Amino acid sequence: TLPEGSFQTYECDPPSHDIKVNKEETINMYKQMVLMRRLETTADGLYKSKHIRGFCHLCTGQEAVAVGMEAAITPDDHVITAYRCHGFTLVRGQTPHAILAELMGELAFSLTSLCKGGSMHMFSKNFYGGNGIVGAQVPVGAGIAFAQQYLNTKQATYILYGDGAANQGQVFEAYNISKLWNLPAIYVCENNHYGMGTSASRSSADTNYFARGQYIPGLRVNGMDILAVRQACSWAKDWVLSDKGPLVLEMVTYRYGGHSMSDPGTSYRTREEIQHMRSTNDPITGLKQRLLDLDFLTESETKQIDKDARATIDEAVKLAHNDPFPDETELYTYIFVEGSEPPFVRGREKEEVGHVVHKQ
Amino acid sequence: EKMTVRDALNQALEEELIADERVFLLGEEVGQYNGAYKVSKGLLDKFGPKRIIDTPITEAGFAGLAVGAALAGLRPICEFMTFNFAMQAIDHIINSAAKLHYMAGGTVQCPIVFRGPNGYAASVGAQHSQDYASWYGSIPGLKAAIRDPNPVVFLENELQYGVSFPISAEVLSKDFQLPIGKAKIIREGKDVTLVAHSRPLNFCLEAAEKLQAEDGISAEIINLRSIRPLDVDTIVASVKKTNHLVSVESGFPFFGLGSELSALIMESEAFDYLDAPVERVTGADVPTPYAFNLEALAFPTVDTIQWGTEAQLGNSLRCLDTTTWKKIIFLLAVALMQSVDKKGYPSLVHALMEVAYFNW
Repeated sequence: TLPEGSFQTYECDPPSHDIKVNKEETINMYKQMVLMRRLETTADGLYKSKHIRGFCHLCTGQEAVAVGMEAAITPDDHVITAYRCHGFTLVRGQTPHAILAELMGELAFSLTSLCKGGSMHMFSKNFYGGNGIVGAQVPVGAGIAFAQQYLNTKQATYILYGDGAANQGQVFEAYNISKLWNLPAIYVCENNHYGMGTSASRSSADTNYFARGQYIPGLRVNGMDILAVRQACSWAKDWVLSDKGPLVLEMVTYRYGGHSMSDPGTSYRTREEIQHMRSTNDPITGLKQRLLDLDFLTESETKQIDKDARATIDEAVKLAHNDPFPDETELYTYIFVEGSEPPFVRGREKEEVGHVVHKQ
Repeated sequence: EKMTVRDALNQALEEELIADERVFLLGEEVGQYNGAYKVSKGLLDKFGPKRIIDTPITEAGFAGLAVGAALAGLRPICEFMTFNFAMQAIDHIINSAAKLHYMAGGTVQCPIVFRGPNGYAASVGAQHSQDYASWYGSIPGLKAAIRDPNPVVFLENELQYGVSFPISAEVLSKDFQLPIGKAKIIREGKDVTLVAHSRPLNFCLEAAEKLQAEDGISAEIINLRSIRPLDVDTIVASVKKTNHLVSVESGFPFFGLGSELSALIMESEAFDYLDAPVERVTGADVPTPYAFNLEALAFPTVDTIQWGTEAQLGNSLRCLDTTTWKKIIFLLAVALMQSVDKKGYPSLVHALMEVAYFNW
């Protein structure tokens, strides 16, 4: 049974609080969250040692959203998110090695973006990326849902955005169209309480993000409780696939780190607040306690899981370190679709010409 | 047989809708209203509301949605009532559509056409009257055809919709396609090359007749047809023949198509064949005024093209030809070196005197 207060509804009945947990599946979810946190902690270190450059937004603290959602859906469902995308990329099937290689600009050919995307732009099957323009992925996500309806695929599209993006005009444009056309679109607002350094209450006249679809029913979910997230996402999928139209989910979560690597994250909130969230609300600790209570795991087994995660990520880092930088000819590939590109692409001066050679 | 531009567009849309079930048209007033400019007239009756979709007046929303639908396997045609309104959605055209294939290392495709009326119109003021060719022309990853697998921006000229042109049986066949990126010489000539696209071509044709009648100047006219890819080869070949280039466009002069053409010609072998600097005839560098008389001064006309061309050829008549200049410079240099040798001081005056005595 999920705790009282896991959900808060807007214009709909809540999902059932009674859930079935399967031992193996739950342990798997736990392992994925531990792995994700280790991945992000490692990325943090690699950034500080200058192996990762540019923008880098970590999802430490928010693991339950990505892992819980993936546990509720199938690989055929569709996901699109903003720039805090490492976690979603991991659950959508890319390996830690591939993600780290992309971050380090060292090409493994394992992650398919060929190091042209970087931290904010990672893709996988039925995962339409990390997108860098705040809010722009929302109508794009509605379009993916539109395609599912058009093709009659009986799949759902989960469209993630933050509490900061929730005030973008185009979010409401997407709400409106998807309600009009009854699209299987699930809008998921990851409310981590801060859009960059601006707290939700300083940016949003109404911080009830789950109710801001007005004519779209909504559900506020404790996004620090992975089982509640899974239950909500599974309920949402049933909802849209039974042709009831779009939904807005609000996952109340928290990011432990700054907005990006250049933000220590302490100028607009107190260290005590972060510490408090970590000690009382951590999604990994929360699930661990449940697993221990249910006797699904012992304390020593959880230690082993931590150790395994560390080993997996260490191995991935080692592999990524050994990867070469992308071939310089890659500069000119995939500007246009293979076979439809112009005969050459101009470089920096007229003699420097890129002839596109695709690797088979 | 003759056909208006509007009907030709309508027929092209119909053929594509028949050819591929994944093609659909969306935009403001494209369905029940039959299109703001009647380009989509009758399509709703033929294809139904699943494929001819009226959207709310929310450009960012429906353009973003169209991009998402393209990413998820459909082939949307996104109509903007005019390209002036597309500025609300330009982020989706450039950031969501044009860059994704590259950022995703070729794993994601975005086959979409953004189309609608473009260019200056009659008496509608600054916000509804301008040419966006150079805006979209500067973006790598964008192209100008429904069957192309890349994002395409298709700029139609608002004032040309009702104009009829002769049309051949070949063009009418349902599989007729123009090659993207191939310019067309629409008038052969030997003294000067006029390069233009869209509506100003009409003025070029008229100006060419006047130049022939009044000055005996034979003008060659190139219809660019596509801005990117730009058919530089055809322009270079023509300039090598005529030794003169006049670029005509209705966009703003700064950083416009003419600026690009000038730069490209300077970088090409055609530069050595130029007998005068490239001449640009453009829109005036002002927001489009409403007043009829002022508006008339804001865009290229037959007269301005004629003046520009005469100025260009006048420039070359005032000049000596290239070979003579080369001879003079060579002799000056020789004389200068000799004057240093004999008298010990280099003096341009002295050198010129030497030239005067030189036997040539």
